[in-house]
Amino acid sequence: MKHLTEEELIGYREGETTQREAIAEHLTSCTACRTELERIEAVLSALDHLPVPERGPEYGRAVWQQIAPRLPERAGRGWRTWLEPRRWVAIGAMAAMVVAAFVAGRWTKKPDAGPMAASVAQVRERVLVVAVGDHLGKSEMVLMELANAAPPASGPKQINISAEQQRAEDLLDANRLYRETAEQNGDRALADVLDDLERVLMDVAHSPQEITPAKLESLQKRIEAHGILFKVRVVGKELQEKQNKTNSAPAQTESKARERNKA
Amino acid sequence: MSEFGHPHLTAKPVSCLMIQMSESAGSTQDREALRNAARESDAIAVERTLAGERDAFRVLVERHSQQLFRLAYRMTGNEHDAEEVVQEAFLRAYRNLGQFGSRANFGTWAYRIAANYAIDRMRQKRVEDTRRQTPSSLAEEQEQDPLDLVPDERPTPDRLAGNTELRKKMEEALKELSSSERTAFVMRHWEGCAIEEIAAVLKSTTSAAKNTVFRSVQKLRRALEPYVGARGRLEAKAACAAPEPRGTEL
Repeated sequence: MKHLTEEELIGYREGETTQREAIAEHLTSCTACRTELERIEAVLSALDHLPVPERGPEYGRAVWQQIAPRLPERAGRGWRTWLEPRRWVAIGAMAAMVVAAFVAGRWTKKPDAGPMAASVAQVRERVLVVAVGDHLGKSEMVLMELANAAPPASGPKQINISAEQQRAEDLLDANRLYRETAEQNGDRALADVLDDLERVLMDVAHSPQEITPAKLESLQKRIEAHGILFKVRVVGKELQEKQNKTNSAPAQTESKARERNKA
Repeated sequence: MSEFGHPHLTAKPVSCLMIQMSESAGSTQDREALRNAARESDAIAVERTLAGERDAFRVLVERHSQQLFRLAYRMTGNEHDAEEVVQEAFLRAYRNLGQFGSRANFGTWAYRIAANYAIDRMRQKRVEDTRRQTPSSLAEEQEQDPLDLVPDERPTPDRLAGNTELRKKMEEALKELSSSERTAFVMRHWEGCAIEEIAAVLKSTTSAAKNTVFRSVQKLRRALEPYVGARGRLEAKAACAAPEPRGTEL
């Protein structure tokens, strides 16, 4: 009987397509060739156990942080980008925040410079808290809709998520601004949650408009994997509590002022 | 699962990238759907990056970093070099994104860039190492007795990997391969890439790529069989009788 060559055995072990059936047949009847293959297998199995150091789920983000500053600007749509409606949503949100903070600052103006500065800062913080709270609420709605979406029992196989995608895209720009503001304010916890949210929103925004049930499931799994809905809810609740506290604080100061004036 | 229990190796080779992306998916249909979803999402991210949205590239980086690291580590055998390969691969991909055909698969393309850069890096390192290596250190390495590397107890694959000496020997054997051989072995054996993909990275014909895979396995076998081969004999002996004291004929 003609035995198999080492090349044939290695090729067979490494998934070679040609003559597989003939080789397999020979192996069932030839002990010598089978032993030879087992010896090759022993070496390759040992190599299979050579470990690769684990890189956690944050590795992709770390790589991005390393390379992002080194990426050159790409000449894209340029100024046309700023004419897109979704940009105007973000710009509008930011402008509304600035105006609200300015008006609130004027309205709460007091003759005493110290309390006035503190009050303006408080109002600004309150405006930011309200705006971010509102943003998180909207984001939660979009993610909830996607997380609970189910393919139709009958009808077209494709699921249209263009509405959610559009909203995610609109929220993306505002999210970026709030994240940067939170980073500037040193609010690391909020910045981290907004960073996670940004990635999920980006994922949704970059999905095709019409997706298959399997794609929807994969998107839902990605939302679930980030645990973002839970994080958004927790931070949203914290912001709500913060808002309630800051709402009650000025009422106390006003009543104190009235008492002072009476005296 | 293939005939010999290797999950990546089937009679019909498929794209290595596809296997990795769908490892966690259930049915074949699910896997196919996941592959298509990832590909479409990649294509949109590429389009947006080209349109000037730099942040869209982040999606691609976050999605493909892990798998590029695994490839880079297996090719370079070094964490620091592997991380450098991953970063450089993405930087090169970003700079050359204009040349990337929209119909192609971004993952496969980035994979090739990483593999090519890793080859360059390995070649460069090999030259540096040769310059640094002294004749005395070479002699020391050759004096090591293979029997010293055979574990005392009956080894299991896990224990084999845990055996520092054997692990060192395997790493050395991989280092002894030429950069093309190592690339071919990593891509074929660990990453399950099709011969065509390996040929594209090595810039060779498919038959030449096939030969390179064969040569790499043959070299590894020659280098490691004296140590790993003992495992089979040890196990066979242990199954029939009490363990022999160390140093007896196996």
